[in-house]
Amino acid sequence: MLEIAIWLSETKWSIALLESLYMYPWIESAHVLSICFFIGILLFVDLRLMGVAFTKLPISEMNKKVLPWSLFGFGLMTLTGFLLFYAIPVRSYQNIFFRFKVILILFAGLNAFLFHRQMKREGRNWDEGKSIPKSVHLKAAASLVIWSGVIISGRMIAYNWFDCDRQPQPEWVNWAAGCIVDLNQMGGLDGI
Amino acid sequence: MESERLFNFFDQLEQSFIGEAIRNSIWMFPVIEAFHLIGLAILGGSILVGDLRLLGLLLSTKPINYVIGQTTLILKLGLIILVSTGIPLFLSEAIKCYYSRAFWIKMSALLIGLVFLFFIRNPMGLSAVEGNAKLKLIGFTSISIWAIVAGSGRWIGFS
Repeated sequence: MLEIAIWLSETKWSIALLESLYMYPWIESAHVLSICFFIGILLFVDLRLMGVAFTKLPISEMNKKVLPWSLFGFGLMTLTGFLLFYAIPVRSYQNIFFRFKVILILFAGLNAFLFHRQMKREGRNWDEGKSIPKSVHLKAAASLVIWSGVIISGRMIAYNWFDCDRQPQPEWVNWAAGCIVDLNQMGGLDGI
Repeated sequence: MESERLFNFFDQLEQSFIGEAIRNSIWMFPVIEAFHLIGLAILGGSILVGDLRLLGLLLSTKPINYVIGQTTLILKLGLIILVSTGIPLFLSEAIKCYYSRAFWIKMSALLIGLVFLFFIRNPMGLSAVEGNAKLKLIGFTSISIWAIVAGSGRWIGFS
């Protein structure tokens, strides 16, 4: 994995992106603003599932008409997120907050998968006025908690006070971040 | 001079206990900023759902007042989170903000956005059922103002 990150960091466009005065801030701004589309709109889908907002709307309608806007935000967020990683691959790969964020995203994906599988099986009953099962409330709440964690750890990436170049760090930090402490030349690879 | 008094005021704010504490901490600024972003998600989502309905692009068969009504409480929650995290962030770097064009753009747009939201967009949205050209214009204006607030806000950090 580290080799891939190093290889990416040496590609022409990665260097250009990192060194560009305006591209990087613009991409990062787009990344941040897509939070509103993705997580902000997903918030209302989840609140519907929890029975907090839009309770007069059938869940199927919420999923058909509101969720696509959220997915649009997800697409924009993923695209800009990959570009941000591509500009700073090695530093990000060895960033404990980045790693934590990726794990959280995997959990969020699993949660979404389990929800949609459940909705496929029994979603028709939810629309017919029968009460929504507790397990759905729980998945909606989990979605909000996990994505909040993604926002928090994502913001921390830029402030990484556990950076591999900032030694000494506790052993578990270096282990979790994959720091190679002895090879100091690693640190300068991303150019910052 | 007025601007000198304003500068001194900002300087005092920066020297405040809260500003000092945040500057002296390695993690406080990022953590408060992260919760500021969660507030952004909540406010941004509420604004978007309402404005996209005004534009006729989302839930267009549902009454406008229902959609706006369902988003207003959450919108206020987002605003509370944003303001209560935004103030300490500002206190920690008030002088930088004083010299930041992005900061002044954001504050102006925020003021306009709040007035527009609570005196035009919400009152009109909450009394409308079906859309029309005027409501579309209101939705478009609202989205534009808040995009400027959020975008210039992000830009404070780059300046």
